[in-house]
Amino acid sequence: MDVLDLSRWQFGITTVYHFLFVPLTIGLSVLVAGFQTAWHRTGNPTYLRMTKFWGRLFLINFAMGVVTGIVQEFQFGMNWSDYSRFVGDVFGAPLAMEGLMAFFLESTFLGLWIFGWERLSPRVHLATIWIAAIGTNLSAYFILAANSWMQHPVGYRLNPETGRAELTDIWAVLTNSTTLVTFPHVLFGAFVAAGTFVAGVSAWQLLRKRHVELFRVSARVAMAVTLVAAIGVSLSGHWQAQIMTEQQPMKMAAAEALWEDETSAGFSIFAVGDVENGRNHINLQIPYGLSLLSTNTLDGEVEGINDIQARYESIYGPGDYRPVVGLAYWSFRLMIGFGMLAALLALAGLWFTRRGRLPAGAWFHRIAIAGIALPFLANSLGWIFTEMGRQPWTVFGLMRTAAAVSPGVDVTEVAITLVGFTLLYAVLAAIEVRLLLKFIRLGPEDETEKPSEDTTPALSY
Amino acid sequence: MELTTVWFVLIAVLWTGYFVLEGFDFGVGILLPLLGRDEADRRTVLATIGPVWDGNEVWLLVAGGATFAAFPEWYATLFSGFYLPLFLILVALILRGVAIEYRNKSESSRGWDRTLFIGSLLPAFLWGVAFANIVRGVPLDADHEYTGTLLTLLNPYALLGGLATLSLFVLHGALFLTLRTDGDLRARSAVMAKRLAVVTLVVGGAFLAATQLSGGRPATWASAALAAAGIAGALLATLRGRDGWAFTANAVAVVAITVTLFGNLWPDVMPALDPANSLNVDNAASSPYTLTVMTWVAVVFTPLVLAYQGWTYWVFRRRLTRTDHGGAHVV
Ligand code: HDD
Ligand code: HEM
Ligand code: HEM
Repeated sequence: MDVLDLSRWQFGITTVYHFLFVPLTIGLSVLVAGFQTAWHRTGNPTYLRMTKFWGRLFLINFAMGVVTGIVQEFQFGMNWSDYSRFVGDVFGAPLAMEGLMAFFLESTFLGLWIFGWERLSPRVHLATIWIAAIGTNLSAYFILAANSWMQHPVGYRLNPETGRAELTDIWAVLTNSTTLVTFPHVLFGAFVAAGTFVAGVSAWQLLRKRHVELFRVSARVAMAVTLVAAIGVSLSGHWQAQIMTEQQPMKMAAAEALWEDETSAGFSIFAVGDVENGRNHINLQIPYGLSLLSTNTLDGEVEGINDIQARYESIYGPGDYRPVVGLAYWSFRLMIGFGMLAALLALAGLWFTRRGRLPAGAWFHRIAIAGIALPFLANSLGWIFTEMGRQPWTVFGLMRTAAAVSPGVDVTEVAITLVGFTLLYAVLAAIEVRLLLKFIRLGPEDETEKPSEDTTPALSY
Repeated sequence: MELTTVWFVLIAVLWTGYFVLEGFDFGVGILLPLLGRDEADRRTVLATIGPVWDGNEVWLLVAGGATFAAFPEWYATLFSGFYLPLFLILVALILRGVAIEYRNKSESSRGWDRTLFIGSLLPAFLWGVAFANIVRGVPLDADHEYTGTLLTLLNPYALLGGLATLSLFVLHGALFLTLRTDGDLRARSAVMAKRLAVVTLVVGGAFLAATQLSGGRPATWASAALAAAGIAGALLATLRGRDGWAFTANAVAVVAITVTLFGNLWPDVMPALDPANSLNVDNAASSPYTLTVMTWVAVVFTPLVLAYQGWTYWVFRRRLTRTDHGGAHVV
């Protein structure tokens, strides 16, 4: 393994790890704010207990999101210094905006929310959680604008003197067509994750017949959120596929293991490919599916890998422009598959809990608990698809990954940090899961028993 | 003023904000096992920074992001060059953040206290080492790549810089605790602050003298003197029991030291041992367009951030007492 491989592993591991916490933060922040709003409006103590119970799990998760995010902010400079030199002019702007406009909001107001239960008036206190939630969602927007620029660079020029990309139009970067479809897709994906999480944890409690009313309400709200978000994820994913076909046809072709240009292309469900010879041994398809997904017509033309490869060689010079086809193919399929299973689960759950009922027996509860994993897998696979499908480019059409790595960092150094971060993350994951389980088991507090001492921070410390 | 200079100043402001605010978080983290005699004490100590530490840390993230946007070459050279020290800082910041948030939620709080101690100590020391090296200059080649090793960074001057920031931040933490707690804990914090002020005056003074004697400017002699006066003022005010003034004086000292370092740096951002390879505000900067855009963003949002962070400190201005946190029914 050389510096490039190790750096890629390090970036992949730290970022996928960060994104395990991100969707839950994004989704739960809004759900908790929603529960608190419901309490504020109705005065019903169940909503207060919900706010505090889910709020506590949210905070345990948020802490991990924050500490893993710090690494992200610096690793472009640490491991990808040539990339940073090349794109800093364009790419740094959304990153800096994220910090100044979003991270400050979310962290400051969350601090106010956690410790402000007795110090702020109920209305102001309610406002703090909403502002934190808005900050969180805003941060996702800016970071996705930065990432979308790597998928589809806009609003820049290449400076012939320095060989660097320079920003010419910030508005173009912030309203990049890729950003506009990626942002809703990632947000909806986050709500699928948060909804499934809340539903699964509620199922755990309901299985033990504890706090039945509270967790029935939680579960139903969560499953409704999951279902709506799943529809959103499908629609936005469909738009994304169309934009991707236009902007990164190779990624779409790899995602479909489509080797030659084809009209009326089918959507592949299961394929066994032969990458060496650029063809498939087996390919089960939904007729017309791919043409419909990527062009909105039944007989639209979709480009194939071999043809795009030939075309790219004439544009960019000799080289291999194919990503790892098997990985793109399966990550794309499994993203959709796992996500849709989560949606199905939510649909079934809503049916089983209709009009005050609860599912008979324990089997559905158990499935719902296991189902928590589904959207996390879908989200991770979605990113792995997006990022690996872009290879060999780091910035599509402008800079290859191999040219992006830090020239001054040696193998030993990257090996140390790769092993160090990975071990640390493994330990922290174990601690976080243990804590989550502890507080899930503990269940919601009884709000009437709490001493109403003026300065006691209610949720933490 | 040229936009590149504006951004140099803005980045100095961000680091200043970071050191003034996170400085006392580090100090409190280091002092937690030393000043907290029992669990109620330790909870009180931690609660002083509980609502604000994360917001304080964002100053670092924004300093990093702003450097990336305004001086990409600086960002690239600094973070790839100081690779392993930065790794240590990141690990420490991760451990510290997790310790602050998880300590009171876990059974074994003592283990977390040790984690918090190390996680605060390392960055408090290493930021000083890093900035001393930046100011002194490091080996860079013509492509602005760092060519030294880890040992190059651990030179005596840089280690002195590390000790200076470490003692300064611990002092800052002790003064913060004196200001924010009450009773016995406050008294012990004040005693600690007095001792630390003397140490800081010596170590920090030595570092500032070394810095000024090798390349100080007239203007930074003034800021260096102000820094020393600030620490001395903190000591005097503590002796008189004027906690607010003591903390303010030391905050002024932190500002003055940061100003001294950045003042000596300008117009370089990372001087090289061979001056021909130095990175300065011109050859490290982004295009004028990017700088203009970012200036507008900074002009609108920085005051807003200052306003709501200031409001947070106002909301949590009351001194904390043991009984506030004595009952362990909360998590
Ligand atoms: C779609 C959303 C998303 C994506 C793709 C990323 N992040 Fe993230 N990040 C968040 C969404 C988010 C968040 C929801 O805002 C977090 C997660 C938990 C949290 O505390 O805030 C966060 C936290 C977080 C923090 C800590 C903020 C604080 O202290 O409050 C930093 C510095 C970053 N992130 C930086 C990055 C970078 C440089 C990324 C690119 C590789 C990245 N994140 C990917
Ligand atoms: C949180 C969601 C994200 C995940 C899970 C993710 C995942 C990955 C993975 C798996 C790789 C390795 C690809 C490979 O080596 O072949 C990678 C590379 C990379 N990604 Fe992302 N990514 C995410 C977000 C981002 C964002 C938001 C940015 C930019 C703002 C970004 C920038 C990069 C860069 C610079 C590389 C390194 C170059 C490369 O290997 O292609 N990523 N990412
Ligand atoms: C019908 C269902 C879906 C379709 C058609 C779809 C489509 C897509 C496409 C085309 C991309 C790649 C975009 C690009 O690289 O430019 C993508 C990425 C992604 N997907 Fe999906 N997706 C679906 C379901 C899901 C679900 C259920 C989740 C999670 C719960 C999810 C999470 C993600 C994530 C996190 C990414 C990476 C970020 C991005 O590029 O937006 N997707 N999806």
